[in-house]
Amino acid sequence: MSELTAAQRVAVARHPQRPNITDYISALFTDFFEQKGDRLCREDAATLGGVALYHGRPVTVIGTRKGKTLEENLQCNFGMPGPEGYRKALRLMRQAEKFRRPVVTFIDTSGAYPGLEAEERGQGEAIARNLYEMSRLTVPVVAVVTGEGNSGGALALGVANRVLMLENAVYAILSPEGFASILWKDAARHEEACELMHLTAPDLLRMQVIDDIIPEPEGGAHLSPAAALRTVDRYLSRHLAELSKESGQALAAGRYQKFRQMGATTRKEDP
Amino acid sequence: MNSIFAKRRARLLAMKAIRDNYVPGDRLVTCPKCGQDSERRQVAQGLSVCPKCGYHWPLGAYYRLSTVLDPGTFRELNEKLPAADPLAFPGYGEKLRAAQRKTGLNEAAVTATGAIGGCKCVVGVLDSRFLMGSMSAAVGEKITLAIEYAAKNRLPLILFAASGGARMQEGILSLMQMAKTSAALARFSEKGLLYISVLTDPTTGGVTASFASLGDIILAEPGALIGFAGPRVIQQTIGETLLEGFQRSEFQMEHGFVDAVVPRAELRDTLARLLRLHQRGGRI
Repeated sequence: MSELTAAQRVAVARHPQRPNITDYISALFTDFFEQKGDRLCREDAATLGGVALYHGRPVTVIGTRKGKTLEENLQCNFGMPGPEGYRKALRLMRQAEKFRRPVVTFIDTSGAYPGLEAEERGQGEAIARNLYEMSRLTVPVVAVVTGEGNSGGALALGVANRVLMLENAVYAILSPEGFASILWKDAARHEEACELMHLTAPDLLRMQVIDDIIPEPEGGAHLSPAAALRTVDRYLSRHLAELSKESGQALAAGRYQKFRQMGATTRKEDP
Repeated sequence: MNSIFAKRRARLLAMKAIRDNYVPGDRLVTCPKCGQDSERRQVAQGLSVCPKCGYHWPLGAYYRLSTVLDPGTFRELNEKLPAADPLAFPGYGEKLRAAQRKTGLNEAAVTATGAIGGCKCVVGVLDSRFLMGSMSAAVGEKITLAIEYAAKNRLPLILFAASGGARMQEGILSLMQMAKTSAALARFSEKGLLYISVLTDPTTGGVTASFASLGDIILAEPGALIGFAGPRVIQQTIGETLLEGFQRSEFQMEHGFVDAVVPRAELRDTLARLLRLHQRGGRI
């Protein structure tokens, strides 16, 4: 494993040729049937989801969708979902609960879309509702952060029993640019922000925010996508197999405890 | 015996409330909305509402509690829960200490048990004077402990939101508080208990995208800014100026995200009525 700086990892995580959800679905799953729409308002192409077979077993697969070309990105709003995208995801997760199949999510988003209509239709409520409902699911939930996972827009698909991260993926409260702009009123200091934010997979594993790191081929997943996809498959199937032995109640309780302890056991220093 | 303690508690909250409501400086205070000057004393005695235009100033946490709780019922929960600097972020410790000196609070949240109109309940308040009421791990923990306390004792829960969003200096741990508080509310709700969320100026970011939006009943103070993304970010994204009133309480009610906009002077009675309406069997 090469040792990249946090800022270099952010660049790798955002590489336009990095495998996206479409690649993961076609390489890891069979018989994928895409389900569109939130049944309330509209379809949001920034999330992609449906039912598929994973090693012969039905699963619900959901993720944020980034394109590789400008045209693709215009169609899927650069992977920034609106409330409809999160409500579609919630609808599919409820179906997974009904049909007793595991949920697999792939997270790669610069964040929830900060737009006028997204606000009018309750972006905050949609994310909050996902966090609330995901915490109670009684089926296995595995989340894989494949690229960048920023803000509540990423977490809204991330309340999982196991949170896995690709070696060069990043997961943070906000993009480093946004972070620098809020904290120092200077987005140009984003590289400095990267080093302070603890957004790399090894940092987050140490902080017990994630559960496992999926190694990438030398130089990043975009250089040998096929090998990268095979490794993700190996990790995902192992974690799903482990979770499948647990009862529904144990899954919900375990997921609750996992998030319950976050920030409760950190160093408590009276400043 | 009980009444002695009750008197002491009443005095304690009154003292803390006075400290919160005390603003040093001129005799006159200028309203940021209508620009008119009012007597500072008149504003302070009128729940910090502008006598000319009805603008609601943000309230300190203890003062807020004193405006809704029955006298003598206040009992603070987890008062000593310390602030933390989990990422050892440069300059953050100093910032925390400065906020603590300024407000007399440990952190941006105060939680308590008390009664409103004779109904026992758990109340949590965010204080926007403390680093913009942002969600730190300690704030998330305090809110979660309050939710768990209410669940365990089968009490209704009222949370007053006032927050600029995430606490940047605590990074991902701040983000995870959204999942933690929301999951705790899901467990609370499964017990058939009432949660009232009161949105005050401003309620944005990670607080909007977690516990503030999950109330069985959601109330808002007039004119409060309520949203996920802040107006500046939205303007940058869409390249247009936003209309007046966008993301305000009345806008959120119109779009279906708030049950009622309640002026501060009516808030206590509204809460008392809602608590009564949710007593077992809806008996009044």
